[in-house]
Amino acid sequence: MAETITTRLLILGGGPGGYVAAIRAGQLGIETVLVEGDRLGGVCLIRGCIPSKALIHVASKFEAMAQAAHGANDGVSLAEPPLLDLGKTVAWKESIVDKLNSGVTGLLKRAKTRVISGWGTFSDAKTCHVETKDGQVTIKAETVILAAGSVATALPHIPFGGDVISSTEALALKKLPKRLAVIGAGYIGLELGSAFRKFGCEVSVVEALDRILPLYDEPLTKPVKAWLEKAGVSLHLSAKATGWEDGELIVDKGGEALRIPADKLLVTVGRRPRTEGWGLEAMGVDMAGGFVKVNERMQTSMSGVYAIGDLVGEPMLEHKATAQAHVAVEVIAGQNRRFDPATIAAVCFTEPEIVSAGLLPKDAEALGHDPVSAIFPFQANGRALAMEAGDTGGFVRVVARKADHRVVGLQAVGAHVSELSGEFAMSIEMGARLEDLAGTIHVHPTLSEAIHEASLRALGHPVHI
Amino acid sequence: MGRFVFKLPDLGEGTAEAEIVAWHAKLGDTISEDAPLVDMLTDKATVEMTSPVAGKLIEISGAPGDMAAVGAPIAIFEVEGAGNAKAETKPPPVAAPVPVPEAPVAAEVSEPRLVAVSEAATRAPVVAARAIPVRSEGEKPLASPAVRRRAEDLGVKLNHVVGTGPAGHITHEDLDAFIAGGGSGLGHASGLARRTAIEEVKVIGMRRAIARQMQEAKRRIPHFAYVEEVDMTELEELRVHLNATKRSDQPKLTLLPFLMRALARVLPAYPQINARFDDEAGVVHRHAGVHIGIATQTTNGLVVPVVKHAETLDIWNAAVEVARLAEIARSGKGSKEDLSGSTITITSLGPLGGVATTPVINHPEVAIIGPNKVVERPVVRHGQIAVRKMMNLSSSFDHRVVDGYDAAEFIQRVKAMLEHPATLFMD
Repeated sequence: MAETITTRLLILGGGPGGYVAAIRAGQLGIETVLVEGDRLGGVCLIRGCIPSKALIHVASKFEAMAQAAHGANDGVSLAEPPLLDLGKTVAWKESIVDKLNSGVTGLLKRAKTRVISGWGTFSDAKTCHVETKDGQVTIKAETVILAAGSVATALPHIPFGGDVISSTEALALKKLPKRLAVIGAGYIGLELGSAFRKFGCEVSVVEALDRILPLYDEPLTKPVKAWLEKAGVSLHLSAKATGWEDGELIVDKGGEALRIPADKLLVTVGRRPRTEGWGLEAMGVDMAGGFVKVNERMQTSMSGVYAIGDLVGEPMLEHKATAQAHVAVEVIAGQNRRFDPATIAAVCFTEPEIVSAGLLPKDAEALGHDPVSAIFPFQANGRALAMEAGDTGGFVRVVARKADHRVVGLQAVGAHVSELSGEFAMSIEMGARLEDLAGTIHVHPTLSEAIHEASLRALGHPVHI
Repeated sequence: MGRFVFKLPDLGEGTAEAEIVAWHAKLGDTISEDAPLVDMLTDKATVEMTSPVAGKLIEISGAPGDMAAVGAPIAIFEVEGAGNAKAETKPPPVAAPVPVPEAPVAAEVSEPRLVAVSEAATRAPVVAARAIPVRSEGEKPLASPAVRRRAEDLGVKLNHVVGTGPAGHITHEDLDAFIAGGGSGLGHASGLARRTAIEEVKVIGMRRAIARQMQEAKRRIPHFAYVEEVDMTELEELRVHLNATKRSDQPKLTLLPFLMRALARVLPAYPQINARFDDEAGVVHRHAGVHIGIATQTTNGLVVPVVKHAETLDIWNAAVEVARLAEIARSGKGSKEDLSGSTITITSLGPLGGVATTPVINHPEVAIIGPNKVVERPVVRHGQIAVRKMMNLSSSFDHRVVDGYDAAEFIQRVKAMLEHPATLFMD
């Protein structure tokens, strides 16, 4: 049955960008149709952020219990080592995904969004054909928001398939591989690699650069590297994966050929915008370096066509996509909006966690801010010590301009520091100065006291160090 | 040391109260005799009151915009000698300070104020005094998300806004000040920006006088309007000819002197129209003299100077008088004599004259004449279509004392005179 729908707004993609855009459009009274080829929620909810965090959580729990079986010094011990049923773990993770998926479905229903399930393909900028289980649906829209997201980048010489997997498959493994090789020491590779290590896998990580997590500076990554070494993850830096043969990853490490046997090979060399397979080429929008080119109002070069999220550029982060969704829809509703954040904070759920908002000291330096920076180690933070998080080498660092004490960067590495990201981003968005952070009473005993102390230290009068 | 109480004197012609426009001295000032003290606005004019004595100003009553009754004390001076008041008749001045704005009061009168910017208004000079925002080229302005969002709503680029907060932080108040300074209209703002500011303009001074006069006129007078068209072709030919051949010391003629001449000629036959109606007393004062009010737009608003005894003026003298009064009205220097006593009013919008108007009678007069624009129109004349210079003549009358029939007849007589300009000059 062929059906033609005309609508004010068509959103392609039901990920965090697309579904948030649909909800906002509903609030603004804009008639909206959303097309999603998979389940609502996108990479983030279905096979990215949330599933990986669930897995990481279970892995940490398992690791703690395994340590207890060895007799831990906090007095908790187990008579026997814990048992892992990865199939059950994945099923539990799926139940969370289901919960979020039905939550999104409910929200869209409340927003009166019409959701069309099926693969959409544009024949021109305003016309989309969707193959649904009930036949083809053609949607003609006045305005379009493209939120097609991204896909994992494949290595041409080591294509996905068989035991070569992406993060999607890694999060759905029913059986724990004995040996896991990971290509890429970015945040996805290290988050998953670390989790599997905690489950007891033998994990090897191969990275072409001479360092891990290239987005962060050395002080921030040092505790992570230390954990990887302590945990027994084999880390091959400045090493190039050249092939995958007979269950062995072939690596060129400075001219020396290594063969790393593995049951699964996880390739996490980045993500690229999903620009193929849905008729983007028929829409007449300009591109910029592989991404769809947009202005600060999220408008593409084609009138009435907007694009948001991973499709339009780095950083490919859920919270950036949702922020852009608000901008796009409000612009469509006739409001004056620009996507102009002071910072997009980012978190790495490695062991320990890293969080960064604003500028690293070297970036602040390069931009001519003439920065002052100060760290406060969690070693001197009571709360960190009380939850066995004081000895990971973690710290909070504040970066400010010498001239006016304006805070331009806040970073931390340590257990649970991801939850500091809100204060970090807020401080920078509000244009806080060191005196503002130092003058805010931070609750004792919490990790956030380290922000206060780092600011005091930058001002030259720390208390606990 | 004594106290001298300065009471608002009678400002003439039945004025019972006057509005304080601006103080020239503030509490605590020591001023000399005859120094400017306060500007008072009556129905007719702004009057500058000078200090009656030399002394220290220890009490003043009322801020700009307040009304003061004739005979009410408006200022108290501390003077050498006895003064004119016993100290105990009034509470000690220190205990009863009258709040007076610190800022120059004139600014409060003339400057419209934005609702949201009471604070910004007083600090605007501070902002202006600062040199330039301490932002280097290309540096992003520092402002919280809420301020940035509001700026976007207002179509303001924050790059142009001075941040007064720490580290050049742009606050809501900075944005207010920028907008109050007219910044939102800068060429960089989007023309499609939502405009949400609401301006609060106090109706005081001249505007209040106009408002009261108009309200009074419309409330008391049952107006009726009458519009007739007049063929101005011949009069225009005459006017152009006179302007082309006039002596250099003679003024350029507009339509107005001719219309005044026509009124002066026709009105004696319609005494009920050349009149002032004291409706409280129930008496119509029919004037033999024709005193024509000329509604004049000034930067402060509408003013109606009066050409006295128009029946005594020829075309040239009428033009000279109109020019003199217009100048007086625009400069705000009109005497009470120049601004009162009209028996009928002409309100002309000149090139903006439009097709028809329903003018509001200048109470307590009973008629007002509003010539509209002269335009070339095709008209049927002697069975032929001819292009003639046509003008509509709008008018309003007080139906209480002027009947429709009389008004129509009066306008027809005026029309006949204008269409046959020679009759304007024939006795």
